[in-house]
Amino acid sequence: MPGKLPDAEALLPALAAALQGHITPATAMIGLHTGGAWVAERLHPLLGLKEPLGLMDIAFYRDDYAKQGLKHDPKRTRIPFEVEGRELLLVDDVLYTGRTVRAAMNELFDYGRPKSIALVVLADRGGRQLPIEAAYCGARVEVPAGQRLRLKRAANGRLSLELEDAG
Amino acid sequence: MPANPQLNANGELQHLLSIEGLPREILTQILDTAQPFAEVTEREVKKVPLLRGKSVFNLFFEASTRTRTTFEIAAKRLSADVINLNIAVSSQSKGESLLDTVANLSAMQADVFVVRHASSGAPYLIARNVKPHEHVINAGDGRHAHPTQGLLDLYTIRHYKKDFARLTVAIVGDVLHSRVARSLIHGLTTLGAPEVRVIGPQTLIPTGVEALGVRVFQDMRAGLKGCDVVVMLRLQNERMNGPLLPSAQEFFKNYGLTADKLALAKPDAIVMHPGPMNRGVEIDSSVADGPHSVILPQVTFGIAVRMAVMAIVAGN
Repeated sequence: MPGKLPDAEALLPALAAALQGHITPATAMIGLHTGGAWVAERLHPLLGLKEPLGLMDIAFYRDDYAKQGLKHDPKRTRIPFEVEGRELLLVDDVLYTGRTVRAAMNELFDYGRPKSIALVVLADRGGRQLPIEAAYCGARVEVPAGQRLRLKRAANGRLSLELEDAG
Repeated sequence: MPANPQLNANGELQHLLSIEGLPREILTQILDTAQPFAEVTEREVKKVPLLRGKSVFNLFFEASTRTRTTFEIAAKRLSADVINLNIAVSSQSKGESLLDTVANLSAMQADVFVVRHASSGAPYLIARNVKPHEHVINAGDGRHAHPTQGLLDLYTIRHYKKDFARLTVAIVGDVLHSRVARSLIHGLTTLGAPEVRVIGPQTLIPTGVEALGVRVFQDMRAGLKGCDVVVMLRLQNERMNGPLLPSAQEFFKNYGLTADKLALAKPDAIVMHPGPMNRGVEIDSSVADGPHSVILPQVTFGIAVRMAVMAIVAGN
């Protein structure tokens, strides 16, 4: 039986504090739709980054298109700064297989050649299928078989981690 | 009720043959999906890997450089391999049947067929005879339909006017021979545009067109009053001096869009044209190049819309 799920709201300031010492003038942040964008929207103002927040949807770069087709409403990718030479913080909510991050990196290189990319996640649930690790991780969470860890956002903007059936 | 030949068992888009008969949700899905693709085409790398390894065959049984080119660009921006076949001058002239041609191409591992044919219904015939993993997109069949043109018109209207719920749209000119007009009328009524008008001489308006939910005007000035969107249709060269019209000059006088006629529409009206334009026949140069014209953005949006259609059907 896994323990209680961590409080997403409590993880945010700790994650911001861990990032604080590593911000340079070349740092910029990109959040992955949808959960990663929520996390990035909260972290971004805490870090005083010069560039506005970038948002990315990786629908056109997924590796399961042949099986799943195009999911219903791809969001728009908005990167309001030059990617070239940038030290990027790539933000997602839950790190699992690593496939989303792989797709995101492919998409990023179609915008330019960043100097570096560091992965920032609110929660790491293990189960990697690719050699990808987070440089900054809010919490490690054990997820029972057949379940999925999801980030939810309430109407008042509060973030919370929840388990649901993987279905 | 017979199953819709465009949808698979899950109600998803399998082939795009006509806007007619497509539910509102699918039209909206295509328009919504086209939006992020429009942004891809503004990037440095105008390509996404979605259809990598898939083959798109452009089957043009009727010549159309422009439509073929936009499909080719769209497929290439999805990373598909594109094979252009100008069949008007190859197999058909050797007497091969339509379905034999398609069976041969299918044996070459096609994934998507983009079909332009002078006969209405040809893409339906092909769609009924392809394998389950193959998809057909109608790029214009006879007088019947030109769904991707209709969709790019809808995309353009939504881009500038945001919502269909209050719009008055006028479609002007040779409605009788226009597959563009037919596709657009079906799309506009499905998406809830409250007033669609068709304007043209009686000889170029199909009888019974009111059944599609449009209002008919023979007086262009009356028809343009209060319009938000004016869609001009191309007058084919061969009709200009044919039995249906006195002359191109006469047509321009009555149905050519000039600045003074356009002034009767709303001040923020947009002017569209599917191209290629006949300046001085259906549209005056000052309007075609004027501030209301969105004719060139239509071309750009057309690529994003065709990317969306191919990405959706090839994934279903």
